[in-house]
Amino acid sequence: MATEAEVFESVVKILTPFVKNQEALASVKKETHILDDLKVNSSRLVDVVLQFEDTFDIEVADDDIDAVETVGNCVSLILAKVG
Amino acid sequence: MRRRVVVTGIGVLAPNGNGVADFELALRKGRSGLRVNEAMVEHGFRSHVAGVPQGVDELAEATFEEDELLAMNSSHRLASLASLEAWADAGLERPDRGDDRVDWDTGAIIGTGIGGMDTTAELVVPFVNANKVRRLGGTAVERVMASGISARVSGQLALGNQVTTNSSACSTGSEAIVMGLERIRSGQAERMLCGGAEGASHYIWAGFDAMRVLAKNWNDRPEAASRPMSASAGGFIPAAGAAIVLIESLDSALERGATIRAEVSGGFVNCGGHRQGGSMTAPNPESVRRCIGGALSDANISPDEVGAINGHLTATTADPREVGAWADALGRAPGELPPITSTKSMIGHALGAAGAIESVASVLMVEKGFVHPSLNCEDVHPEIEPHAASIPHEMLAAPELRTLVKAGFGFGDVNACLVFQKWDA
Repeated sequence: MATEAEVFESVVKILTPFVKNQEALASVKKETHILDDLKVNSSRLVDVVLQFEDTFDIEVADDDIDAVETVGNCVSLILAKVG
Repeated sequence: MRRRVVVTGIGVLAPNGNGVADFELALRKGRSGLRVNEAMVEHGFRSHVAGVPQGVDELAEATFEEDELLAMNSSHRLASLASLEAWADAGLERPDRGDDRVDWDTGAIIGTGIGGMDTTAELVVPFVNANKVRRLGGTAVERVMASGISARVSGQLALGNQVTTNSSACSTGSEAIVMGLERIRSGQAERMLCGGAEGASHYIWAGFDAMRVLAKNWNDRPEAASRPMSASAGGFIPAAGAAIVLIESLDSALERGATIRAEVSGGFVNCGGHRQGGSMTAPNPESVRRCIGGALSDANISPDEVGAINGHLTATTADPREVGAWADALGRAPGELPPITSTKSMIGHALGAAGAIESVASVLMVEKGFVHPSLNCEDVHPEIEPHAASIPHEMLAAPELRTLVKAGFGFGDVNACLVFQKWDA
C-alpha cells in the first residue's frame, strides 16, 4: 500500500501541469491551497480527479471533489479510498 | 472621412509551409502540400488525398504550456500558432501569462467551418455512448465550442475588444477579414486578428467524401489531385490549416511605426438566397457578381484597376461559372482577364481556413509583386479555355501589381470578397 509520502508525491506530480504559480509549487506542502496558492483553474479540478482515479484505481464522488481545497485534502481523500 | 485599414501582421500554417517565410517560398515555387492520408485510406474514403500542415504538434509543444496543450485540439493549435506569428510579425509583444493588463483596443474574429469535430468524434461520442460522461473531463466544452479558437487566442494575447468566431462555410476566413475591416472602420477597434482555422481530421472530411465532391481519381498522384480550372478536375481535396491577418487602423499603424504589408481597401459579403441557380451547395451567379462588384465599389476602384485575382476555384464544377462571373464582374472579354490563380491547387481546400490562408497568399503577392502559379491545369477546362492565357502555370513576376481581389464562396450560397492593395511606404 502507498505511504502518505508516496501519495503526496503523486498528487503533486498530477497537479504540476495545471499549476500557474511555479513559486508556490516549489514550496508545496500539505497546507498549500490548490486554487488560491497554486492558481489551478477550477475547471481543471475535474481532470485532476480523473487522474487520481486512474492512478490509484479509486472512485471519487462529486461531494468528495467539492470538499477538496488543499494538497493535503487530496492526500487524505486518496488514502481513505485506497485504505 | 472613412478610416483606412492596413495589414501589419500575417501568420500561417498551410499544408505546403508553416510560417510566412516558408509559405511564401512554397507559393513562389509552386510547392504542393498534398499527400496520401492514411486515415482516409483506412476508413474507406473514395478520395485518399488531403492537405495537412506538418509538424504542428511539435510546434505547439514548443510554444504552449502543458496545461494549455491539454485543452487544445487541432484547430486550437493551428489558430493559436498562426495568431502568435501574426502578432509578432506586427511587431507586438506577447504578454506574459502573469501580466494582468488587457488590450482593450484589439480583438479577434477567427472563424471555422466545421469546428472541433475531431474532439466530438474521438472523445464526446465514444465516452457518452459508453455511459462514461464524467470521464469527458473538464475541457470537452472549450474544445468543441465553435468560439473555442478565438477564445483561446484572446487568452494568449489578453485581447479585450470583440472576440468571436464566425462561420459561413468556405467563405469563413474571407468573411472574418471583412468583419474586422468594418469594426476598425467604425472606430470600435484599432486592431483585429482576423482569419480562420480548420483542424486536421478525417471526421471533418467524411461528409464531403460521401457527397462525392472530393477528387478520387488521383489517389496515386496526390500532388496532382487538386486541379482547379482543369478539364480533368473531379472535385476538391480537403485540407487543414490556419491563417491570421492582423489588420489595423492606418492611424494606429503609423503611430506605432509598424511595417505595413498592404492595405485592405474594400470588402463585401452577401448571400444568393438559394435563388437564381443558387442553392445550399451552389452559388447564385448574380450574387457572386454583386459581391465582387460590392467589394470594388467599397474600395472605390474601377474594375479595370484589378491587376490579379486569387479565386475561390476549388476544382469542382463551379470553377467555369466562377471564372465567367469574374469576367462579367470586371467587364473583361476573353484574353483581357487579369492573371487568375488558385492557391487551392497547392494546398487543397482548407474549408473555414481557406479564405484566410489564401488572403495571406494575396497579401504576399501584392506586397512582393508576384502571382503564384496555379498548378495542375495544363488541360484547361473547355469553358475556361477562352481565358486560358490569364492562368499562370509558373510564378509570374508582377512588380507593377497594385490591386488584387480575393473571393471566397461557400455552402449556404454565401460569398465574401476582399480588395488588397499595395502600400507605398
